[in-house]
Amino acid sequence: MSTTTTPPTTLPAREATPYVGSALDRVEGLEKVTGQARYAFEYSPDDLAYAVPVQATVARGKIRTVDVDAAVKLPGVIAAIWHGNAPRLAPPENAELAVLQSREVAYRGQYVAVVVAETLENAREAARLLRVDYQVEEHDVELRADHPEMYRPERVNPAYPADTEQGEPDAALAEAQVVVDEIYSTPAEHNNPMEPHATVAVWDGDGLTLYDSTQGASSVRDTVAPLFGLPPGNVRVVSPHVGGGFGSKGMPLSPVVLAALAAKHAGRPVKLAVTRQQMFAVTGYRTPTIQRVRLGADTEGRLSVIVHDAFEQSSRIREFAEQTATPTRMMYAAPNRRTTHRLVRLDVPTPSWMRAPGETPGMFALESALDELAVACGVDPVELRVRNEPDADPESGLPFSSRNLVACLREGARRFGWAERDPAPGIRRRDGLLVGTGVAASTYPVYRVPSRATARAEWDGTFSVRIAATDIGTGARTVLTQIAADTLRASPERISVEIGDSALPDASVAGGSMGTASWGTAVVRACEALTEELDRRGGEVPEEGLEVSADTAREVGAKRRFAQHAFGAQFAEVGVDPDTGETRVLRLLGVFAAGRIVNPKTARSQFIGGMTMGLSMALFEESVMDREFGDYLNHDFAQYHIAACADVRDVEAVWIEEDDPHLNPMGAKGIGEIGIVGTAAAVANAVYHATGVRVRDLPIRLDRLVR
Amino acid sequence: MRPFAYLRPADAPSAVTASAERPNTMYLAGGTNLVDLMRLGVVSPEVLVDVSRLSADAVEEGPDGTLTIGAGVRNSDLAADPLVRRRHPMLAQSVLAGASGQIRNMATVGGNLLQRTRCSYFQDVTKPCNKRLPGTGCPAREGDHRNLAILGHSESCVATHPSDMAVALTALGAIVHVRGADGPRTVPMPGLHRLPGDEPERDTVLDPGDLITAVEVPPLPFAARSRYRKVRDRASFAFAVVSVAVALDVADGVVRDCRIALGGVAHVPWRAETAEAALRGSAATEAGFADAVDAELAAARPLPDNAFKVPLARNVLVRTLIDLAEAS
Repeated sequence: MSTTTTPPTTLPAREATPYVGSALDRVEGLEKVTGQARYAFEYSPDDLAYAVPVQATVARGKIRTVDVDAAVKLPGVIAAIWHGNAPRLAPPENAELAVLQSREVAYRGQYVAVVVAETLENAREAARLLRVDYQVEEHDVELRADHPEMYRPERVNPAYPADTEQGEPDAALAEAQVVVDEIYSTPAEHNNPMEPHATVAVWDGDGLTLYDSTQGASSVRDTVAPLFGLPPGNVRVVSPHVGGGFGSKGMPLSPVVLAALAAKHAGRPVKLAVTRQQMFAVTGYRTPTIQRVRLGADTEGRLSVIVHDAFEQSSRIREFAEQTATPTRMMYAAPNRRTTHRLVRLDVPTPSWMRAPGETPGMFALESALDELAVACGVDPVELRVRNEPDADPESGLPFSSRNLVACLREGARRFGWAERDPAPGIRRRDGLLVGTGVAASTYPVYRVPSRATARAEWDGTFSVRIAATDIGTGARTVLTQIAADTLRASPERISVEIGDSALPDASVAGGSMGTASWGTAVVRACEALTEELDRRGGEVPEEGLEVSADTAREVGAKRRFAQHAFGAQFAEVGVDPDTGETRVLRLLGVFAAGRIVNPKTARSQFIGGMTMGLSMALFEESVMDREFGDYLNHDFAQYHIAACADVRDVEAVWIEEDDPHLNPMGAKGIGEIGIVGTAAAVANAVYHATGVRVRDLPIRLDRLVR
Repeated sequence: MRPFAYLRPADAPSAVTASAERPNTMYLAGGTNLVDLMRLGVVSPEVLVDVSRLSADAVEEGPDGTLTIGAGVRNSDLAADPLVRRRHPMLAQSVLAGASGQIRNMATVGGNLLQRTRCSYFQDVTKPCNKRLPGTGCPAREGDHRNLAILGHSESCVATHPSDMAVALTALGAIVHVRGADGPRTVPMPGLHRLPGDEPERDTVLDPGDLITAVEVPPLPFAARSRYRKVRDRASFAFAVVSVAVALDVADGVVRDCRIALGGVAHVPWRAETAEAALRGSAATEAGFADAVDAELAAARPLPDNAFKVPLARNVLVRTLIDLAEAS
């Protein structure tokens, strides 16, 4: 280091063009495309062994015996672990995490044993040879709205009341001039990030390091440490790069615990990679839903009442109650309203978060019903939504800090060429296909939770910002760099944002579309404090550097005075083969209003990625429950169809910039999830317009249209 | 790991000899299906005899116009072959309709014919399946059979054959050249694949150790006007829900000759001989086509969740016949 007495760091005047709002390239892009970015599975500490789990082959029962003889006799096998010899764990809040702790089997595919060996191949073969004998009990895996064990959960995800009611919905329905009363269903769907879940677990005495593919390093640490009786400080979770999650890596699940447990028992660092097939049992999924929606309106389409009843499933061992009907509480004006959630516990894998849980299936039903009301009233579906725009949040009465659904609908209609649309269904042909268009609204709540960050100025003029945030491919590292650059008045090249490590200041999970808002607030506050401190010192950075930290608990915890949600409008054009029912989405346009867009390049990817996933949900995605065996049958990519490139022809996303001072220092709403909300309804509404056939059960497979 | 021996013989006769000398032997060509099945534990050969480097990797034209396709010809090369594209467009189209570019670059003609069903139960070793483990039962009849057979199935098996290419070859009346322990012989298509009956473990009439060396496509001039139409759940990279391979010869509004095969409907690529017989000499009208197709599909015995395949097959076959007739 130089010994010059003039520190090089002085803060320049704020640049004319802020970095927030600019299309900065992904800061770790070069690392990723050159293979330098390391993902969980790529960590290979010395003395590494491989773990391969064994899954239950019954849907309900008790393990009678586990025969590990053949498995442990294989060369290279280090340990075969099952409930009889597994290290004891402290009872977790989420029973899914109590891996190998009991003989009970709650669903087919649950982990019942794990084999550790010198090589992956030997571990696989040993896992195949391990024999588990079960006392089989009769299982029940079928979701039915009239299931006798349906109950009202205390809360729905994350903490909403299960039921709400305003006015007199039954009386209003009886009096309404026009009533839509239909049942919609969505199937179970599985999160399939490109990178399956993987963990490398390394014990060092009472210290545990987990190289984990997770959406939240702090949360994995806080969850895993107590299971092993450790203070959180003894556990370090490292996840600098994550190949997607869509919610399935949002809460720590059984694989990471199994890896730590196997490493502890084997006395070796252990690598455990969840296979794509296993993901259909152990890493969560979107619950199937059955939804009854009742709308009452006058002949002009003005809603007097909305009733939305959702029926869902969870597993025997954990209640996950999805908030399917919650968007119905705030989307449209109506003096009378009721929303309910009912849940049944079946012998099925535990559902969990999948991109916009609640909003995604719920808005399929609500926005399909709106389209049916538009048809029934003879009102244009864009106009119908405009007519039912509320002045304030219908549920809380709070004003919206910004709500631009109408602007999104109008702008989308203009860009899409909606004005020329003839509403008559089933009459347009182009290139031999029946062609139609449809519209649906999108919405997603604005969440923000506390996080901490540190900002540090170095003597050489560089800065580092540290926060245990996660970049699951969204561009989080890039947007945090932009946010720090503006606050520090420094160019991004001088700023290093360190994330993906629980040793960094605690941060919330990359979920709920709240990363930018939550982490960004902490980064801004830390960088502001650093700037102030530097200003006070006349811009001088001491030789050892200058570091400050911020904690947003108080700021974020303040009571909200506004209802805050992002909105959007999606327009779809479909072509349906009249002979075969094959449906292809010819055009998809999304217009979103989500506050200030921090990075148009990564934001566009989030929007069109969500819309593509919504297209996939509309036409393809369906996890098929095998009633006889009780598992999701189509557990690979040959059988569980996601959209192929050929299915995604013309997807465009644009946005309306909002200047909302009530959100957070960035003025940003979340964008990770809203893109998938409403897409399926827009496609289904377009299919109705094309064919005259209303498909209320997703996916819109050809057999639902072929005649 | 599960060890297996790997042999790479120099020619077809030595491959057959190598296979005959050892039990539990399988031929490996492109490996696009076999390697998956090994990883899933569906098959566990002790010996793999690699036939991918044997010299049979060309499409050759005989003096009478017969095309002889080496068993080792890669699917992508077959689809791109100018003679195939000109004379038998439905064959090139069928190959291009299958799998993905990467898989077509690996998969061979011989292997494509011998690929196994994608029935979920067959591929899941934790469940019964008469085809994988004879006598264990068929859960698909009561379980998930949306994409399984409507024609020619049996109590013991409702699987479908997954190949697209085989459907076109069945329509074309291809002749499969086989080398077995007793030397070379030929097997006609249809005739290579068999209905499940009470031996669903046998997909074809081939014996253990038989090696497909080539596929011969006899001349069929009117097949220059032919089409393969595949109906699938997504636009690419999906097996057929129903597919049709059709060649049609129409003159003066009358069907002179035709060849029709269906895919995705049976344990075999289904040659529609009833429909062909009804069409020959009949008027090339939509009503005539529909009657012929209905006659063929009268034999369909759909299961509860795949009944839609009957109108689907009817619609797509009638439409393809109309399109070909209009193009004449």
